[in-house]
Amino acid sequence: MITKKTSLLMIATIVAIMAPLSANAATAPDVPSSDKTYNLNGAGATFPFPLIDLWRVEYHNDFDNVNLNYQSIGSGGGVKQHIEKTVNFAASDAPLTSSERELAPKTLHIPETIGGVTVVYNIPEIPNSGLKLTGKIISDIFMGKITKWNDPAIKDINPELNLPGKEILVAHRSDGSGTTFVFTDYLSKIDPDGWDKQVGKGKSVPWPTGLAAAGNEGVSGIVKSTKYSIGYVELAYAFQTGMSFAHIQNGDKTNFVEPTIDTISNAAAGIISKLPAAEADWSAVSIVNAPGPNSYPIASFSYLLVYEDLAKVTKSKDEAKAIIHMIHWMITDGQQFSSSLLYAPLPNQVIDLDKKGLSRVTYDGEVLWNGGSAKPSSKLPDWIRNNAKWWADGLITDDDYIKGLQYLISEGILKI
Amino acid sequence: MNKVNLNLKKRKVISDKIFKIGATAAGTYVLVVVVLIAFQLVSESYPVWEEEGLSFITKTDWNAVEGRESFGALPYILGTLTTSAIAMMIGVPLSIGIAMFISDAPPKIGAPLGFLVELLAAVPSVIYGLWGLYVFRIYFRDWFETPIHNAFGDNIWLFSGNPYGLDILTASVILAIMIIPTVSAVSREIMKAVPQQQKEAAYMLGATKWEMFKLAIFPYSKTGLIGASILGLGRAVGETMAVTMLIGNATGIGAIPSSLFGPSQTMSSIIANEFVEASPASIHMPALIGIGLILLLIAIVINVIAHLLVTRMLKIKEGAINN
Repeated sequence: MITKKTSLLMIATIVAIMAPLSANAATAPDVPSSDKTYNLNGAGATFPFPLIDLWRVEYHNDFDNVNLNYQSIGSGGGVKQHIEKTVNFAASDAPLTSSERELAPKTLHIPETIGGVTVVYNIPEIPNSGLKLTGKIISDIFMGKITKWNDPAIKDINPELNLPGKEILVAHRSDGSGTTFVFTDYLSKIDPDGWDKQVGKGKSVPWPTGLAAAGNEGVSGIVKSTKYSIGYVELAYAFQTGMSFAHIQNGDKTNFVEPTIDTISNAAAGIISKLPAAEADWSAVSIVNAPGPNSYPIASFSYLLVYEDLAKVTKSKDEAKAIIHMIHWMITDGQQFSSSLLYAPLPNQVIDLDKKGLSRVTYDGEVLWNGGSAKPSSKLPDWIRNNAKWWADGLITDDDYIKGLQYLISEGILKI
Repeated sequence: MNKVNLNLKKRKVISDKIFKIGATAAGTYVLVVVVLIAFQLVSESYPVWEEEGLSFITKTDWNAVEGRESFGALPYILGTLTTSAIAMMIGVPLSIGIAMFISDAPPKIGAPLGFLVELLAAVPSVIYGLWGLYVFRIYFRDWFETPIHNAFGDNIWLFSGNPYGLDILTASVILAIMIIPTVSAVSREIMKAVPQQQKEAAYMLGATKWEMFKLAIFPYSKTGLIGASILGLGRAVGETMAVTMLIGNATGIGAIPSSLFGPSQTMSSIIANEFVEASPASIHMPALIGIGLILLLIAIVINVIAHLLVTRMLKIKEGAINN
């Protein structure tokens, strides 16, 4: 009895010790020491630039000794600078390819926001959004196989619309872009025999047909000024310019989903269990055609690329810590700014994944942050920690506490 | 006395040396920059020459998808040459007309007009591009291209393909507008350089204005006018922003010019389009730099020809510059 009591007390002690530890672990990384000024450099994707720029301002308001300089030179440029180790972190709309990964080993992928691509059209007979399209139809249109708006395939799923017998003009991006990557990734997945074999996925692909212009503004320029045209632009761009966009069939083929911040977030949430750890190879990760009744199928993460060993790209340990703090702020506190700029906020599970990734970051072998709530120790439910704290503070007796533990063990809730 | 002289001599020698070094350095700078650019282009594009060989110049593929990389520059070389040629056909006669008017108009009209032409040369190309994209293209499509296509499209391949305003012809017309200031400003100077006696001699023989130009000015300034046109060609070949906005930016075999109303792509526009996002790990980047190298070579050839023609003209007609 005594031994049992002692061993239980030992467990109690361990739990009690863990309580303050995990309470500590749940905190954010150390605030950048205020006696120094940090000038951090990032470069890469243009897609998250408005969000990162807002983060720059908001973060600087809270921590005015940290200045971020983010150059939106494009994902490819960001990856190049990351490989050349000329920036503290990079941002990319596409994960590193296997060959890029060889040039930049030990890179962490930290998803920082989620974007969606809308299919926009200009049909005078259908002035509003809501034309229904399936992935296969979009693939056929962009390959030039479906050439008229009143094609039977489109008519079948849009019986209520008055589709004109006019020739479709396809508009796409002329510049290499993450938007194109997401869009072609989706078409490759949905049409493996057609699109994937003939065109493939990438930031710039050999388009079989259509006119091209640079940037979202270029594509929307063509679509707006040309009747009976179709194109693809980022969600925010479609919303802000008031263009008509299509509802697209979901991955389960049960529903036609309108692109919104929520349906794009759903796409990410639907695929979380399949995501690799931050330090693993992400080249095959994609959230297009995600399962779920309300998951919009053309969505993608945007990534921050960070070296596991920040000594490669920073001048001091303090600077490395400031980077960790800032990125941690972006993926937690910073997410509240997403919706106002029409970016989909990260689901909690992705934030946990990101935190785990950040906890791997070192400076010359020294871990900079223990990972907060992403550590297994923090999986301890709050009520156990509270109990242990009360016991440690003397608010409940040893017996009460042991009885509680015994109950948990006998019920199989706590395993020893 | 001796001492002072010596000092003067010494100082003179030093300043001469400084001048010599400075001037040599400035002269060398130009050479060094050109050589460095060429060297960089060759070394950075080396992987694509290694991979594709000389067929890089003759192939029509353009595929940057990972694992399927295949690159050929021919469509963009043709796209550049076609748009430039059409721009020359439209721009050069207009420019020479402008030059004729200004050189022969009374100074009160000619001087401000000449100033305006030079002002046009100072308009940044992105302005021409934006104007072309948002204004000109729409009217050009609705009032020129569509009627022409409807009338001749079925019979003449040149006018086939539905016109959308983003095509070879629109890009060429904007290019023509952009080279007019350069060509007409140089042509005007060359025509002005024709000795007054020549013109007066022509008038004395009873020549009309047109006959005077035909008899006295054109034979005298022919080579110079060709040189001026080629300077314009140089600008047309290298022009990037405006063309990129208007040419429709097709890639691969689709970029080979097939109709005035079809899309294409030029060498500079494909570089502008794809350079930023080209993966540093594939030969996409070397392929784009390789196109830059070809563009540099073409530009050098054009400028050398222009230079030779202009200097030859000035040498033969010494009187032209002395007047």
